Amino acid sequence: MLKIAKERLNELYAKIAESMGLFIPIKKAGEVNYHVWGEGKEVSLETLKTVKSPKNAFFPASENLMKFKTEGKNLEIIDVRWDKSEKPFVIFGVKACDYKAIEVLDKVFLADPVDTYYQSRREAFTIVTLACSKPEESCFCNAFGVDATAPKGDVTTWLDEKYLYWQPNTEKGEALTQIVADMAEQGGEAEVAAQQAATQAIMEKLPFASLDLSRFQPENLNELFDDPAWEEMSEACLGCGTCTFVCPTCQCFDIRDFKTHEGVIRYRCWDSCMYSDFTLMAHGNSRTTQMQRFRQRFMHKLVYYPSQNDGLYSCVGCGRCVNKCPQRLNIVKVIKTLGGKDND
Amino acid sequence: MKDVEMKMLERAKALLGSGEVARVIGWKKGEFYFDPVPASFESVEELSDFVYNGFCGANLSKYLIQMSKKEGKTAIFLKPCDSYSFNQLVKEHRIVRENIHVIAIECQGKLDIEKIKAQGVSAVTEVEEDGDTVKVSSLYGETTLNKEDILLVKCATCKSKTHQAKDEEIVLHEMPESKNNRFDEVEKLEAMTETERFAFWKLQLQKCIRCNACRNVCPACSCIKCVFDNPASGIAAKANDSEFEEKLFHIIRAFHVAGRCTDCGECSRVCPQNIPLHLLNRKFIKDIDGLYGEYQAGETAEGKTPLTSYTEGDKEPNDVVDGEAK
Amino acid sequence: MQEVTTEKKEFVPNIVAFCCNWCSYAGADLAGSSRLSYPANVKIIRVPCSCRVNPSFILKAYQQGADGVILCGCHPGDCHYVTGNYYARRRMSLLFSFLNYMGIEKERTRVEWVSAAEGQRFSAVMNDFVKTVTALGENRKLTDLRVKEGE
Repeated sequence: MLKIAKERLNELYAKIAESMGLFIPIKKAGEVNYHVWGEGKEVSLETLKTVKSPKNAFFPASENLMKFKTEGKNLEIIDVRWDKSEKPFVIFGVKACDYKAIEVLDKVFLADPVDTYYQSRREAFTIVTLACSKPEESCFCNAFGVDATAPKGDVTTWLDEKYLYWQPNTEKGEALTQIVADMAEQGGEAEVAAQQAATQAIMEKLPFASLDLSRFQPENLNELFDDPAWEEMSEACLGCGTCTFVCPTCQCFDIRDFKTHEGVIRYRCWDSCMYSDFTLMAHGNSRTTQMQRFRQRFMHKLVYYPSQNDGLYSCVGCGRCVNKCPQRLNIVKVIKTLGGKDND
Repeated sequence: MKDVEMKMLERAKALLGSGEVARVIGWKKGEFYFDPVPASFESVEELSDFVYNGFCGANLSKYLIQMSKKEGKTAIFLKPCDSYSFNQLVKEHRIVRENIHVIAIECQGKLDIEKIKAQGVSAVTEVEEDGDTVKVSSLYGETTLNKEDILLVKCATCKSKTHQAKDEEIVLHEMPESKNNRFDEVEKLEAMTETERFAFWKLQLQKCIRCNACRNVCPACSCIKCVFDNPASGIAAKANDSEFEEKLFHIIRAFHVAGRCTDCGECSRVCPQNIPLHLLNRKFIKDIDGLYGEYQAGETAEGKTPLTSYTEGDKEPNDVVDGEAK
Repeated sequence: MQEVTTEKKEFVPNIVAFCCNWCSYAGADLAGSSRLSYPANVKIIRVPCSCRVNPSFILKAYQQGADGVILCGCHPGDCHYVTGNYYARRRMSLLFSFLNYMGIEKERTRVEWVSAAEGQRFSAVMNDFVKTVTALGENRKLTDLRVKEGE
């Protein structure tokens, strides 16, 4: 394990940014989100939850797929996919829950047929994770088997008052370590272990420390689907897309055409199952009420997705929806209502 | 505030118990003290998790669009600011007034959990209100904060503590009016140069994730189908980072509620990226006041709005700068 | 061989003019039949009344690359539908002030009342507006820059 003095972090960022693009939590107009690092930017590694999750890096809110250029009767198709040979990227400060979310996204986008747009970005990134030391009341990652104190990734880091501790896990991680090696020194195992123990003690005291998910099994699908509780749970839902857009695992998108002066840009952008025009077909939306849309989102996270992916839930317990839902609805309420009898 | 809650619960029980109303719209307990959820209660038993506290900031009036069309009478608890939205909805024939029983309730300003967290308190587990101060307990210790510092933006610049609609009232303590001028921030922006203003809004609107929470929560946004959800409108858009789409969305959204927006502040309360959206709406309100005379949407349930009326001597658009003729 | 020129292409603004069917469009017609000239880069869109113009029309024009938008209707009091332009006047007053609040140059958007008998005035108004917008330069603040890709 290596350690790097906290006051040298800026130097570290600059060093990485020399040869790679660096995405890192940066405070901009009051909110902390992943942005490209540059000199003078306000880095905030201490922020537990960025508003948008790191999925933005691999699956941007809006991404061009191709362009059509028309000239007379000729139509030229231009491949505008992001060129991965251009420059490798580092995403720095990914929390354990968000890292787990990338695993969830991988299963969707990298399964056959592979989404090559996602793949090229995903491969270009070295992921540096950061262990949590100050979890919040809205955190419940432990319910999904995430250890907030020991995230994976190409490099795992821990931050305390004095040092950033650095542990490469993969080849990509080793390569990145080479770049920063000359500002690092050996050691830190004891400090990291102490921090992990302290954080774990807090994790056990978190209000959502013991959520019971036992009822969310494929064999209960119909029973859960027909549960009368959905009506009441979704009553206050506004049908906005906040939960889906701040969610690190939501992966739905829409493909649209934008007309330019010389042709068309075909792009994809995030979409939300909460919207009335989601998966719109000639006859309308297949889910006609907000209750159905609400149910779809949570059934997908807790039942449909795991039934197709060996029991892996597509919620990671980051708690963003707990914090951001305008009317304070969230997946925790659904788990407590339907998850199992140990939730009482 | 506890006594107000008790009284409200008592009334809700009486109304539901006697069958006078079929449902009561209020708030129910969330996971914590600070996250009550809007709810409709249809029986006395359901009222067991009824709550009213300093975090009941949500404006419930929009739920009436659906609820007032249901069988039976609906009782609703409205804070002073919510009562403006209520009137506006009545005026626009979005809700059926006869089917509603309005209980005007006391409000001493509502609190913002994000502002509490911004004061450096994380992992909040308990909040205790005590007059002008608020005691916050977290996993990392306890702290006492001034209520003034953690009010919702809309409450810090509250426009009025007078209910504009009511069938009965539960106000047990005096509700002092806010001393803050709600147009101060607008004036600050007006005083900037064009370039500075553009930079300000660009930075703010770049944060927009197009989640539509501002639109969906807005009691004035009551169209059955929004242009932004209509692929045939030519301006429907879901993309959010093309430098333009979010501007189009926010300008149209603010314009569409001009003269109808009661300044209830819900748009800013719900924005996950904390964009000061109320400053867009307040600009229209300020300009309308300046050009066409003081007007407060929702003060009454009758009459015309500034954009559905005119005078022959109205100022020419080319001459208008910040609500005044050049 | 073509000579390499470093000279910048002269900026010719794209102007969209919404003209009401009863007065201003007829005014443009009169300007034409009277052989009065107005710049060719003014693209006229005929609308039944100035109050038909929804703010989203104006924003859509800007999005698609317009550098200036002008709305022309009957003189107040002369509206074919009696009061349409009075409503338009209020809407545009608020919209223009609002766009300026967002940092958009106020002079880019304009309202002028032009009657069917004012061919001369139509031509003068358009010439003046094009001059104003040319001086302001390209509209980048409200254009969706994707439309101009490859230009």
